[in-house]
Amino acid sequence: MCHWLNRSNKEGLATLQEQVTAATVPTTGLRRRLRLGERFIEVWIFLSGLLAIVVLLGIIAILLKEGLPIFAHTPPWKFLFGAKWYPISDPPTFGIAPFVVSTLMVTLVSTVIAVPIGVACAAYLSEVAHRKLAETVKPIIEILAGFPSVMMGFIGLALLSPLVQSAFNLNTGLCGLTAAIMLSLMSLPIIVSVSEDALHVVPKEFKEASYALGATKWETIWHVCIPSALSGIAAAIMLGIGRAIGETMTVLMVAGGALAVPVSPTDPMTTMTAAIASGIGNAVRGGLQYQALFAVGLILFILTLAVNIIAERVLERQKRKFAR
Amino acid sequence: MSKSITKWSASLILVLMLVLAGCSSNSSYTDDSALSGSIKIIGSNTVTPLSSIWAENFMKANPRVSIAVSGPGSGVGIAALIDGTTDICQSSRLITAKEMEQAKAKGVNPYEIQVASDALAVIVNLANPVSELTIEQLSAIYTGKITNWKEVGGKDAPIVVMSRDTNSGTHAFFKEHVVQMYGLPTADKTLEYGKDVLFLPSTEAGVSQVAANPNAIFYAGLGYVNDKVKTIAVRKTAGDPAVKPSVDTALDGTYPISRPLVYYTNGAPAGVIKAYIDYCLSKEGQKVVLEAGFVPLAK
Repeated sequence: MCHWLNRSNKEGLATLQEQVTAATVPTTGLRRRLRLGERFIEVWIFLSGLLAIVVLLGIIAILLKEGLPIFAHTPPWKFLFGAKWYPISDPPTFGIAPFVVSTLMVTLVSTVIAVPIGVACAAYLSEVAHRKLAETVKPIIEILAGFPSVMMGFIGLALLSPLVQSAFNLNTGLCGLTAAIMLSLMSLPIIVSVSEDALHVVPKEFKEASYALGATKWETIWHVCIPSALSGIAAAIMLGIGRAIGETMTVLMVAGGALAVPVSPTDPMTTMTAAIASGIGNAVRGGLQYQALFAVGLILFILTLAVNIIAERVLERQKRKFAR
Repeated sequence: MSKSITKWSASLILVLMLVLAGCSSNSSYTDDSALSGSIKIIGSNTVTPLSSIWAENFMKANPRVSIAVSGPGSGVGIAALIDGTTDICQSSRLITAKEMEQAKAKGVNPYEIQVASDALAVIVNLANPVSELTIEQLSAIYTGKITNWKEVGGKDAPIVVMSRDTNSGTHAFFKEHVVQMYGLPTADKTLEYGKDVLFLPSTEAGVSQVAANPNAIFYAGLGYVNDKVKTIAVRKTAGDPAVKPSVDTALDGTYPISRPLVYYTNGAPAGVIKAYIDYCLSKEGQKVVLEAGFVPLAK
């Protein structure tokens, strides 16, 4: 991600510099105006940054305010480890263990599918493919990232689920595995694009040194390029995981929606996002089900936060290793 | 730089002009009919096709009325009525005592109008040899007590049980009247859908799954049933005759799983909402009910 942004920033900076040098020496009046403009831009950027933080804190505050009251009805451990979710029964029971396990399972399987393919594709585009080919293929892959998730869900429903059903001899193709495959297709473009950027900026000298030692192309990619781009690749994988955890529509459509705690990825299941989406419309504001769904959102938020913190740690360690 | 700015502003002005032109042509539109206004209808996925036709016909007759229909589920509609975000709630189940309480607490007074009836068809794949089930067997299938088709006279194959999710009025109605066997001697209010039941976000998805999966079972309003699936004849108890769902059997009351389709408004309807509901209940409106595959109100 960082490399990605940096590159475009650098391009922007270059054009800006060109314009600045092209301009004639400013007069004093113009200079004052420029300074005023600069002050304005500074305040603008400061306010935008502040807004982002305020919105983030606001979301956390709302999640806490709406979600925490459920723990007065269902204690946190029962809520987390309970396997029964009957929100509209009388009395209702709220146990989200099936959703948590489903989310983890779907995300894990989709990551296991997407990462090897994604990194291999990035290595191919960056190191093996002809430059011209890579320059045509990469934008196409990036366009794939913008595919609406409801269309991916539809494709999963109509095309993939019958395939999965017959391939694994299942009772139904609507299961975690189908969802995971669709999710891996959706996170693939991000993984390819970001890891390709990371591989692209590996210094040429590294590769030249490797070739000079008699290493083959494969050995160079495996032992030189990928290790030195590992921080970028790790960031790519984390972005992919983030996409998989948070994806809702596709999962809602193809994961099956059973309430049992899934044992295998081929079981029908409901992820946390799908549970929120399929229940929130029905929940009266402030009611128990409403609170319970916000609490699910809160736990989802903690989960993604944990993923981000781990990613940050991995990147940090990687950087230190290279700083040596 | 300045060139591109003029280009931008030129296109911006063009867009603004287009938008203004669109607005003015709208506002200059006049019509003789006295009715105008907009109505929002939210609720049952089952009632949506019916409400859509009614709304379309009504808007054709009264061009200055706009009606928006959406069908996320009866529960959503009732919640929207309680929160005051809809004019009409379309529902395929009656409001519960608890929801009534919540409405009263928010100063909302739900007013119930039955607009049609619906027979809930139990559907299986065309290749499935099973053609009739009792309510008790259905309950056992949906609670997970019966898991193989051979236990109810079919092939030796696992039953893939499908249901709508909790947003759906059909989910709630089926739970009360079939899973918990309301009104039967075997009734048990503690029964719940089994944990292996697949909860689907829409009725269409379930019908297409049943069409494709030889072991699947699902339930859907009569309006959703097509010739790619088979309807099951239902016996109330083992001693009763097996009845196929149809408009006739629902009207004469012999089909055991039928239910009212209702509109809820906040207080008795007035103005344009009343005119719309009057149309729905009229002879013309009830003819649409039949065409949409539902059961008209018995006259």
